[in-house]
Amino acid sequence: MSETTTERPAADIVFDHVTKRYPGQETPALDDLSMTVPAGETCCLVGPSGGGKTTAMKLVNRLIDFESGDITIGGNSIRAVDVTTLRRDIGYVIQQVGLFPHMTIAGNIAVIPGLLGWSKDRIRKRTDELLDLVRLDRSFGTRYPAQLSGGQQQRVGLARALAVDPPVMLMDEPFGALDPITRTEIQDEFLNLESEISKTVIFVTHDIDEAIKMGDKIAVLRQGGVLAQYGTADELLAHPADDYVADFVGADRGLKRLSLRRMREVVNGSAAAPDDAPAVDADASLRIGLSTLFASGASAVRVTDGGRVLGAVTLDQLQSAVTRSTS
Amino acid sequence: MTGYLSFFSDQAALLVRLTVGHILLSVVAVVISIVIAVPLGAWIGHLHRGSFLVVNAGNVLRSLPTLAIVAIVIALFGFGYVNITVALVILAFPLVLTNTFTAVEGVDPGTVEAARGMGMTGWQILTRVELPSSIPLMMSGIRTSWVYVVATAYLATFAGATGTLGDVIANISGYGLTGVLAAATVSIVLAFLGDALLGLVERGLTPTGLALAQRAPATT
Amino acid sequence: MGEPTQVIPVFSGPQCAPSNPFCWDWITANWSSILGPSLVQHIYITLIAVVVGLVISVAAALFAFSRNWFAGGFLAFSTFLYTIPSLAFFLMFVPITGLSLTTIEIGLTSYTLLLLFRNTLTGLRTVPRSAVEAAEGMGLTPQQILFRIRLPLALPSIMAGVRIAAVTVISLATIAASVAPLGLGKPIFDAIHTLFDTELVAAALLTIALALVTDVIVVGLQYLVTPWTRVRR
Repeated sequence: MSETTTERPAADIVFDHVTKRYPGQETPALDDLSMTVPAGETCCLVGPSGGGKTTAMKLVNRLIDFESGDITIGGNSIRAVDVTTLRRDIGYVIQQVGLFPHMTIAGNIAVIPGLLGWSKDRIRKRTDELLDLVRLDRSFGTRYPAQLSGGQQQRVGLARALAVDPPVMLMDEPFGALDPITRTEIQDEFLNLESEISKTVIFVTHDIDEAIKMGDKIAVLRQGGVLAQYGTADELLAHPADDYVADFVGADRGLKRLSLRRMREVVNGSAAAPDDAPAVDADASLRIGLSTLFASGASAVRVTDGGRVLGAVTLDQLQSAVTRSTS
Repeated sequence: MTGYLSFFSDQAALLVRLTVGHILLSVVAVVISIVIAVPLGAWIGHLHRGSFLVVNAGNVLRSLPTLAIVAIVIALFGFGYVNITVALVILAFPLVLTNTFTAVEGVDPGTVEAARGMGMTGWQILTRVELPSSIPLMMSGIRTSWVYVVATAYLATFAGATGTLGDVIANISGYGLTGVLAAATVSIVLAFLGDALLGLVERGLTPTGLALAQRAPATT
Repeated sequence: MGEPTQVIPVFSGPQCAPSNPFCWDWITANWSSILGPSLVQHIYITLIAVVVGLVISVAAALFAFSRNWFAGGFLAFSTFLYTIPSLAFFLMFVPITGLSLTTIEIGLTSYTLLLLFRNTLTGLRTVPRSAVEAAEGMGLTPQQILFRIRLPLALPSIMAGVRIAAVTVISLATIAASVAPLGLGKPIFDAIHTLFDTELVAAALLTIALALVTDVIVVGLQYLVTPWTRVRR
């Protein structure tokens, strides 16, 4: 291994007819799950409690064992390697964070690199790099978990999971314990971070809005661990497979679809905005555009990019933008 | 009062000799308890199994009257140091065991799950995560057991082991009440000194982050 | 002291060899004259100490609840008491109350105070905030909250204290017998310097049995007086 941490390529995760049955329970926790999470993508697992989403995730790093079916990462069965080696190659982030209270922040991040025998110098460099990545000041390295806020602790949890640059990350409701403002902030940062580092992520959440925001793909599980639908957020919102999924994504799924697209994508450059039209940023979602339109009472909004006016968007355009992409 | 004070100077040589014997016996008993109880309590706590067994075994052992143990060991093994050591270990053992067990078992499950998910082995989790977090509670068990053992070690006399402060404490007809109280004073001082010393050890061993977490638990 | 000097002074069983550590004949022959009365006496001594200690402790804890100086002082004293070799503590009262039951009870009750006071106070103070706030909101006075909400909710903690106090008293009472010859400690001290082990073992086993049975009884008692802790699932 070289002294600098070279980026390791992401790997796809394949569930192949996986069934998990807990002893003494009649219905399986996970029933014949087959799906592929492509390399570098984030797959959100959503569903009710008892839907097996956490079970499905914990099978991947073998915190839970299963009997039938197989899971492969990058083509290799997770049962082909020793469990410790497997887990060290998988970043793991949980809601309770689980920082080690007796170690400094730097110490927490350095646990696995230390166990892998990295040099002190390399560990220190990596720690600084990771603190930068999760937007914590480097001086936090010498502090202890008890001195950090909940949001800061979860950033450290993230940094610790990324320490040896694992190709795969498992996240179990990682932002569930945070207040709404901190949660939004750290979600945005994680999206940013994901665009910088390529990871295959399995992200468990019970919050469909979070899934829509974070997931390239969403897997909806239902009671009894059955996969109800697997697809992109747009597919789920436009074509829910059945009433259960429609109910789960919510009656306001039309509005939710508006969140998935940006004003930039629908703006009509030739149309001139009326004088009373309010301005909306080009990177704002269609939902924001609609909201601005309604709030002002105007017939169209003016889309701006920095100081530049790109054009106008009317109510009809917003509606057809959503219906047209239904195909 | 004058008799009490002069006893220290008149019997200085005797008191020093008995004090050394008293310390030796107490240290041996506590060390044996630690050597047995810490690994056992830590392992059972790590497995999260058998809590019912540990709690009840601890309660049963704790309710055994020390003098009765001494008496039964006399019948089984006879008089002497082995006898009183067994009785004192039975006194100290449950305190160290239950505290170690409670501490290790009580380590935040999220922390342990994170460690497991990161690929730490059971042994690494125990030695690097669970035990360091358990030091304060473990040490408080050891400190309490020290206080109990020192205050009870005078029963050595009844077990036929001479050379502890019990030689004076249990011989009021030989040394008078002043002698008894003087020897008891030495025993009290030993209990406090040992407790303070172990307190320093505890402070030295407790990881800083843990001390901080206990002072400010609100931020979690 | 230390080495046995006498040979079989308390020996009334016909077939018991001194080397036999557990001679059933001796036990049946001496149950009504030695062991039975000692056991009853031991229970009596323990009961007085625990009941008196409980009354004093609960009163003191209620008093100390809103007076930190008192609680701090009492706890410091209680910690100190446990560092004193128990025999020396019993002997301290002999010049005042003589070699009597009173001397023993003063000593034993003192030992229960520490445990019972600390547990009662902890129980009173660790009542869930929400329960106290609800009571305040309903217009209960601080006095009413203390007696109607905090004291009943402290019962599990108090009973845990009673449990430890009872077995502690049973243990210490055997040692007290070397001051005033009462309870199961008496046959132990009678036999400890003889070569005859049966009396020693019988009395010791009886003490241990008493401690274990008492432990179980107090747990049962706790179960009875705190019905709300049972229904929680």
